[in-house]
Amino acid sequence: MFPDVEQRLKTLMLRAQAGDGQAWREVLTLLNLRLTPYFRRRLGADHAAEVEDLVQETLLAVHRRRMTYDPGQPFTAWAHAMARYKLIDHWRRRSIRRHVPLDDVADTLWVDEAPQGEVKADLDRLLGGLPERQEQLVRGVKIEGLSLAEAGERLGMSEGAAKVSLHRALKALMARVAPRGD
Amino acid sequence: METDKLIDRLAGDLRPASARQVPWRIAAVAALGGLVALALVVWWLGMRPDLMTAVHGKMFWMKAAYAAVLGLGGFLALERLARPGGVGRAGLWVAAAALLLLVGLGSLQLMAAPSEVRSALWMGQSWRRCPLYILALAAPILVATLLTVRGFAPTRLALAGGAAGLFAGGVAATAYGLHCPETALAFVATWYSLGVLLTAALGAALGPLVLRWR
Repeated sequence: MFPDVEQRLKTLMLRAQAGDGQAWREVLTLLNLRLTPYFRRRLGADHAAEVEDLVQETLLAVHRRRMTYDPGQPFTAWAHAMARYKLIDHWRRRSIRRHVPLDDVADTLWVDEAPQGEVKADLDRLLGGLPERQEQLVRGVKIEGLSLAEAGERLGMSEGAAKVSLHRALKALMARVAPRGD
Repeated sequence: METDKLIDRLAGDLRPASARQVPWRIAAVAALGGLVALALVVWWLGMRPDLMTAVHGKMFWMKAAYAAVLGLGGFLALERLARPGGVGRAGLWVAAAALLLLVGLGSLQLMAAPSEVRSALWMGQSWRRCPLYILALAAPILVATLLTVRGFAPTRLALAGGAAGLFAGGVAATAYGLHCPETALAFVATWYSLGVLLTAALGAALGPLVLRWR
């Protein structure tokens, strides 16, 4: 999946740098879909209200500075470096000191919400043991980075009901994992 | 919803933005900044009196080439560091290799010279002034370079500032060769390098303050 995303975005980006507005709309839309969970997960529940502002600021910066994308380099790395800069800048301006795992390869804008290979198989096996709706909730909140309200809405539940259901799901998962001793 | 509107607005009136803008705008700073440094040398410091004979000698061109290669290293590094995630290793290696080469050649020259003239060769007549003049000539170029790079998207701000200083210092030192009458390699390896490195240090200090973008 990863090389496809790179190839597709790079093609769109090159067209956008040449002045193709439709290609740029697609790039920004895809970035928005990635940036929202990326920032939400990192800002945490206390700062959830700032996520949309930060996404918009980042899109604006990406727009103004789109000439800095070098066609010889991967687009995904460029976009991730932009997002990470904006995140650190956001924390700095709010004087929040946090440890950012700067070089954690798995922790990028592009791969962190789509586990692959063995991890994905393990995750599917584990979550597959849950009732359908609980599985959707866990995936929504813990993997995609949605808020409880949003994940609940997707399943037609209130935030409160989603909270209770997620709690049960996590308890069930703990029970399944714990006895194995790992 | 708001974000969708923003995307519509940004995509609606899109103009081409070629990646070549990055090297070209930095090169334009080198051209304009070089002219300003040249003007300062002519009207402020004055050309060296023996310029007409000096241009026939090797040493005049050695100095110019060394300073220009330092500036080129700064340019190459900066062209990378102006982009998000860029590191600019190759450019920094170019500058480091030039410095090592000249330090080596300068040492050989000093060792070959009779011991009583060594310090005269090394210090010349202008060792106190040389690094400071280079720094002064480089200052306006450094400011212009930092302002230009701030319009791009550097993410390693101190390193980008340092590369901007190396670049500005190299351009300024190239112009300074028209004023400077010194002829020893060891002089150039020490005092020219010091002037350029001072500019790089100033740039590295200013980088995190000046290069921050939103």
